[in-house]
Amino acid sequence: MRSLILLTASRLLFPLLLLFSAFLLFRGHNAPGGGFVGGLVAAAAVALHALAHGINATQRMVVVTPLKLVAAGLGCALGSGLFGWFSQQPYLTGVWVSLPLLGKAGTPVLFDVGVYLLVVGMVTHVLFLLWEE
Amino acid sequence: MEVLLAGTIGCLYAGAFYLMLRRSIVKLLLGLGLLGHAANLLIFATSGLIRFAPILNESAPKAPSEVADPVPQALILTAIVISFGVLAFSVVLIKLTAAAAGTDDVDSLRTSER
Amino acid sequence: MTRQVILVLPILVPLAAAVFSVAASFVVQRRVALVALTGHLLASALLFALVASGEVFAVQLAAWPAPFGITFVADTFSGLLLVSMSVITWLVMLHSTASVPREIQRLAFFPLVLVLLAGVSGAVLTGDLFNLYVWFEVLLMASFVLLTLGAERAQLEGGLKYVALNLIASAFFLTGVGLLYGTTGTLNLADLSRQMSDLPLSFPRIAAVLLLLLSFGIKAAVFPLFGWLPASYHTPPAAVAALFSALLTKVGVYSMIRVGTLLLPQPPETLTNALLAVAALTMITGVLGAVAQTEMKRLLSFHIVSQIGYLVLGFALYSVAGLTGAIYFFVHVSVAKAALFLVAGEFERRWQTTELTQLGGSYRDAPMLAAACFAGAMGLAGLPPLSGFFAKLQLVVATVEARAFLSLVAALSVSMLTLFSMCKIWAEAFWKALPTTSTSVAPEESPRAMRFATVGLASITLLLGAFAEPVLLVAEQAAEQLLDRRAYLQAVLGGP
Repeated sequence: MRSLILLTASRLLFPLLLLFSAFLLFRGHNAPGGGFVGGLVAAAAVALHALAHGINATQRMVVVTPLKLVAAGLGCALGSGLFGWFSQQPYLTGVWVSLPLLGKAGTPVLFDVGVYLLVVGMVTHVLFLLWEE
Repeated sequence: MEVLLAGTIGCLYAGAFYLMLRRSIVKLLLGLGLLGHAANLLIFATSGLIRFAPILNESAPKAPSEVADPVPQALILTAIVISFGVLAFSVVLIKLTAAAAGTDDVDSLRTSER
Repeated sequence: MTRQVILVLPILVPLAAAVFSVAASFVVQRRVALVALTGHLLASALLFALVASGEVFAVQLAAWPAPFGITFVADTFSGLLLVSMSVITWLVMLHSTASVPREIQRLAFFPLVLVLLAGVSGAVLTGDLFNLYVWFEVLLMASFVLLTLGAERAQLEGGLKYVALNLIASAFFLTGVGLLYGTTGTLNLADLSRQMSDLPLSFPRIAAVLLLLLSFGIKAAVFPLFGWLPASYHTPPAAVAALFSALLTKVGVYSMIRVGTLLLPQPPETLTNALLAVAALTMITGVLGAVAQTEMKRLLSFHIVSQIGYLVLGFALYSVAGLTGAIYFFVHVSVAKAALFLVAGEFERRWQTTELTQLGGSYRDAPMLAAACFAGAMGLAGLPPLSGFFAKLQLVVATVEARAFLSLVAALSVSMLTLFSMCKIWAEAFWKALPTTSTSVAPEESPRAMRFATVGLASITLLLGAFAEPVLLVAEQAAEQLLDRRAYLQAVLGGP
């Protein structure tokens, strides 16, 4: 069963939700937000797409397999900790550099991006698992 | 407020155990979910029932006694994430089990104990 | 700096290997896993070499100072356990490459084993109560999936019980954590330990510690709470059961000992008496359950429960002698039990059955296997000169020292019953004539990896018996550190 209203709304909402999830992700360092919430919002966007277009269309749209996303996220988070060692500090110590245009960038952001990817991948994976009929 | 919170936590624990003692698998799952919420709310209560969020604000800093303890909220967030993942797995498991056994009666799941 | 790196490696190496191989084919996953486990073994051995002298050292993750951030600590106890678990996992892994069916290996079996090992290493090394909870969940998630891989009906039903009970245990754990944080304002184990010894035991603190012990008790499968274990452990392939018996319940006992000794420097006598009773009842019910079984994996599952009783006994005595016994027993039982499960795995693969009534006369087909099984079984039963004898001797000496004669009687009589059921396994599977009604198939050739792993673990049992003294000395040092606590507190918190 396709609903025209849902289809139209999802076309509009899908990019907006993704944008909002990125906003939440980067806002998370000093304000409410972060990788987990951002990831959930992005996963909610995927779920909305699946509701509107059917699960097969969504699976075609999500090019990367969700488990690869999980692996990439975990790798990102684990890898971000290694930078601490390079500066003679314990594992996971935050290392910050000033970039010309972006302002300060550091390993905690990388960690958060990892969490984001992990959550998107995990939720999408479960979604696909439970949706298959 | 304190009494209300204590009562809610108590009700959640009681509800969780009631549901888990029923014979249906689905109720077992709901009970497990409630149990996680009860524990989380209990941890939340340890941060003190204070209105202000502990967000760093350098222009108008607040005294530590005026803001809630942030650690329990971090703990709860972690616990929620974990219980979310575990519950997602349990849903899949229960779906498969119910399909394999053809029933949602916990008492008839005795294949592995015979 | 090297210490800081080495302390994190046992967690990082398997986790990273799992991440990088999860999307690969299972052949690649297998290779990556073997390399990563070798790396884990090297890292654990290095760690053990550092702590063997009695040094305790800590890493403050992300450079947050001690009571605020997450701390990882290594002392003799954790170092010893890490090495033994690493060796066992390596051999079991080798065995599983041949004994676990291909279609299960394809389902991300090897990355899951790596995640499980990472979770166990994290739980063993962490010095923070909440972090312990997180590692518990990591290892539980991996074990949930490993247990139900293949999705046979018995697996799913056993898995459901396992998952439900462990989730309840986690909720108890969280409740205990909440109560402790509410009354002390810290979750760092060393800081908690200092606060608990400074202040009198108030009601919420006792409740919190009891909740924690209860939750570890469920995970360790002690007396009234063990129902999930015999219902689930015999359902996955034997190699998985071997891994679970060496890692999962053992982490429960490890946490019980670690948290118990840190949070209760002087435990109330009612508590230790209750623990002694729990230990005795765990031994007795476990072994009685085992005596009634005729299927190898079920029989061994009940024996896991029974052996956990000995570990809890050593902990409940709260003395250096008792803990020494428990720690040596820890190493011994992990190895011996894993060896026996691997023997069961070989029967599963080559004879297609582990039902003792269907087997017989196998010593002719597999003399090496018969010898390995004999060493493991008699070691577990505690015949001299094997490892179990020294483990039980040390525990017996400790119970006599503590004048806990009821526990002594329980431990010795359970030993007799263990000997009986171990003889049953060996005689039924290897010695008696093959029953004419047997439907078991003629054995196929034993793959080399499988034989190497089984015989390897069995010879480690022999070595543990032959070199009992050095291991016991290390165990004693670990036990002294556990009860003294000063080195641990100093390593974590600094200061005098």
